[in-house]
Amino acid sequence: MSSLLKIAFRNILRNRRRSGMTGSAVAAGALAMLLFGGFAGAIFTQIETANVERIGHLTVFRAGYFLFGAGNPAGYGIDHYRDVMALIGNDPVLGPMINVITPTQSLVGIAGNFSGTNDAAKTFLGTGLVPSDRDRMREWNEYGTAAPYTPDHRLADNDETRGLVGGGLARILGLCAELKLTDCPAPPASTDEAEGPVSAEIADLAAREKGDTTQADGMPEIDLLAATAQGAPNIVRLSVSGAEPQGVKELDDNYVAMHLALAQQLVYGRGEHKVTGIVLQLHRSEDLRAARARLEGLIAAKKLPLEVRDFGEINPFYGQVVRLFGAIFLFIALVMGVIVLFAVVNTMTMNVMERTNEIGTIRALGLRRGVIRRQFVAEGLILGALGATVGIVLALAAAILINHAGLTWVPPGNANSVPLRVALWGRPVLILGTWFVLVLVATLAALFPANRAARLPVVDALRHV
Amino acid sequence: MDGPVVRLRHVAKTYHAGSIDVAAIKDVSLEIAPNRFTMVVGPSGSGKTTLLNLIGCIDAPTSGQVEIGGADTGTLSDNALSDFRARNIGFIFQSFNLVPVLSAFENVEYPLLMVGMAAAERRKRTLALLEAVGLATQARQRPNELSGGQKQRVAIARALVKGPQIVLADEPTANLDTETGAAIIDLMRSIQMESRTSFIFSTHDPQLMSHSDETFTIRDGGLVGHEIRSRA
Repeated sequence: MSSLLKIAFRNILRNRRRSGMTGSAVAAGALAMLLFGGFAGAIFTQIETANVERIGHLTVFRAGYFLFGAGNPAGYGIDHYRDVMALIGNDPVLGPMINVITPTQSLVGIAGNFSGTNDAAKTFLGTGLVPSDRDRMREWNEYGTAAPYTPDHRLADNDETRGLVGGGLARILGLCAELKLTDCPAPPASTDEAEGPVSAEIADLAAREKGDTTQADGMPEIDLLAATAQGAPNIVRLSVSGAEPQGVKELDDNYVAMHLALAQQLVYGRGEHKVTGIVLQLHRSEDLRAARARLEGLIAAKKLPLEVRDFGEINPFYGQVVRLFGAIFLFIALVMGVIVLFAVVNTMTMNVMERTNEIGTIRALGLRRGVIRRQFVAEGLILGALGATVGIVLALAAAILINHAGLTWVPPGNANSVPLRVALWGRPVLILGTWFVLVLVATLAALFPANRAARLPVVDALRHV
Repeated sequence: MDGPVVRLRHVAKTYHAGSIDVAAIKDVSLEIAPNRFTMVVGPSGSGKTTLLNLIGCIDAPTSGQVEIGGADTGTLSDNALSDFRARNIGFIFQSFNLVPVLSAFENVEYPLLMVGMAAAERRKRTLALLEAVGLATQARQRPNELSGGQKQRVAIARALVKGPQIVLADEPTANLDTETGAAIIDLMRSIQMESRTSFIFSTHDPQLMSHSDETFTIRDGGLVGHEIRSRA
């Protein structure tokens, strides 16, 4: 075996330029696959981090909420949610896995700005949350891909009236100037003196509920109207402490984040305050499956009318991005594989043609067909292995350069730019998988010319000039 | 060995060139005794090389029987035939046909690798053969660093290193000048006398033919003459 590899290696060096070109094709294949694979891997972790920061790994809903509750969040509140949270948090298996467990209240309604200078109203999708829990969740950075998080003082546990709106909603409600938002134009002056029926109704309700719409602490105020669990209209006033742009326009035009207590007041009024979700953020994503299984087991054991969804189900965009980039990676791998295949087949075919007389000689000396076949296959394997190894080294060097170049970009679904990264270190499956696939392709590619060499009649091969 | 080292019985070889059949060898029967310098002579295209190919088991007869050392080679599979050649038949080619990526030592050692000989024994026999052909000091040189005569010496050492029953040499002096050719012939003769291996040549070279113990003359694929000459 060692003499076979030794001879194969020397044969590769025999025509250095040709072997170099073929090895370069393999190296280029490895480079392309690894850089894109590393880039895609970084995107996955960045999007996963963005999701986990916002909606955690798992959310417990009342059964049926996930499919039907968006139209009537108040009807799908979790009863005695504090007891449920205690049950989950105190579980000896789940407890150590959990980083944050926090209640949330989703709601829909109409947001209106009737400050007098710019009357506007817009439907909204609201989330009630615990501000300190939100801060803790946003510190999650298991993969080290997120920028360091600075606590957001625009929301505070001790101030239930504060909230944030999406950049688009701020624009629609005419809050850009007051919130000092850039890239947020003021609406054109209205020529219509008459107020719409919805605006008038909200303004009237707001005036009756709160008395006036003057601003407190310099923050603009908006009115939020929603139906309570009992079906009665309810209204609260929200001091908008800032805008939080969302990556998707539809969400950006509708987003409102507020203190949980305010959301509960709006949805449940004087009735029992419930929540629509209990969010669990784990320390490590790899615990997701085990945590979910345990959680579902707990719910089943207690016969609670609850269901569990992970962030991939709640935000299908994550799965779509993973599948999209996975498909692109496969496509690139396929193209590179075909290039490597043809490069090696071409090189090995030329080698066989040039060495036909030599093949006849060593066959005459007594070498079996199988050894001839193995000889050429070994040459393809060595070419592939050398090329793929060089490609890996180049890819690692390129990844270091890219990661330290300070480049940024806005991933799909993100509102803010993030560092452009190629995640290769610590990804042995990607690196070894790429190496193995390319070496396999090169080896299989050598098999065709190797078979041809092995089948050459000795006499014909010896006559070849 | 008491019997003939090579026995051909009614051997014929026909090549198919499109719709035309070309009879390269026609019903040849012959026996070659061991330990001889045997020549196959005849004009170009008479079938000398084809006859050597059949004796060397690198080509199969269309009909008839080829026995080497008493073994009917027609019954052997391709792998068995390869193994048979590896142990029993040495080749010396007109163009030397050394493996260019191997040194002189490695070229000579190569046939021993095929028969699975232990490394120490391989090394001993290879060095002994290189010594015998006068190339001990060129052992590490590649073929492209050797002269034509030196290459043919390496080829002779390669053919003999495994101790074959027969060595087939197709025009071994054709690519050498007269002086080098004479030296190569003397070398082969002395090794043949020493090793008692049968050498079978295909040649036009009168210098080589003058060393013949036995000569078969072939013309148009048929055996037309057989001469045995007593050794001086």
